[in-house]
Amino acid sequence: MRHKGPASFLDAKDLEILRALQEDSRQTYTAIGKRVGIAHSTVYDRVRRMERQKVIRNYTALVDLERAGLKKIMAIMTVYTDPKETERVASKLAQSPEVLEVYTSLSDELLIMAKVVASSQEGLHAFVANSVAPMDGVLRIRTSIITRKVKETSVLIDDYLEGLHL
Amino acid sequence: MSLEGSSKILRAVPREKAFYFFTSIGNYTGASAASLKEFVEKVNEVNVKSLEFHLYRADFEKWIAQVLEDAWLAGEVRRLQKFGLMGEPLRNQLYLTVSRRFKRLTSPPGAIQF
Repeated sequence: MRHKGPASFLDAKDLEILRALQEDSRQTYTAIGKRVGIAHSTVYDRVRRMERQKVIRNYTALVDLERAGLKKIMAIMTVYTDPKETERVASKLAQSPEVLEVYTSLSDELLIMAKVVASSQEGLHAFVANSVAPMDGVLRIRTSIITRKVKETSVLIDDYLEGLHL
Repeated sequence: MSLEGSSKILRAVPREKAFYFFTSIGNYTGASAASLKEFVEKVNEVNVKSLEFHLYRADFEKWIAQVLEDAWLAGEVRRLQKFGLMGEPLRNQLYLTVSRRFKRLTSPPGAIQF
């Protein structure tokens, strides 16, 4: 059974490979092959294909900033915008190094949510006051400083695998 | 003060140099002022928590001194901090201070000020 995605058709083996890579992208193709039940060369071919199709965008390291001694303030910033300007504001925010993630929402009001990092509360305020509030179309901003991270993951493959009745 | 000096203080500044009113770190009210005239109006309108937040961080005096370039008014606003006012009494006193200055700068030379 294949899952129809925007960039490609992925089958159950592809999704299992993706799940394995999301758990540990440094494991060998042989290890992944054993887990998935296919040859390591097949794993290689499938990974290469998914890289070409941009299904796999990047291999990166999740850094624990506190353990690395890089104390940072993280905040979730909600930006209420003029609907005509939302896309432009979101694009500009995405270009800022202080902004780690940007989302738009059509829920109650048209708004943008962004995860922001700064070296201090003053740094966070300066970024919001000097770089975000002056943008055309920004109506108001709510910012909540994150005090404790309970969970963070990007592994979303399980639901698809369950849908395929593996 | 010379007409030239008054005009400089009363000019409208670019959007990126406007004053943006926040109620706390990162929480923007949506109100901004790009001139002394607008600043006077907004002091009368914004959530009073915003006035408390900015006065005691010295944001008002910095903006008035560095952007509007009115050292005298910046000093007067700085002096308000020592009274420890909060809420509507703070708004009233701040409004009185900035609106008087605005009237003085916009009055014809030689006009009597009350």
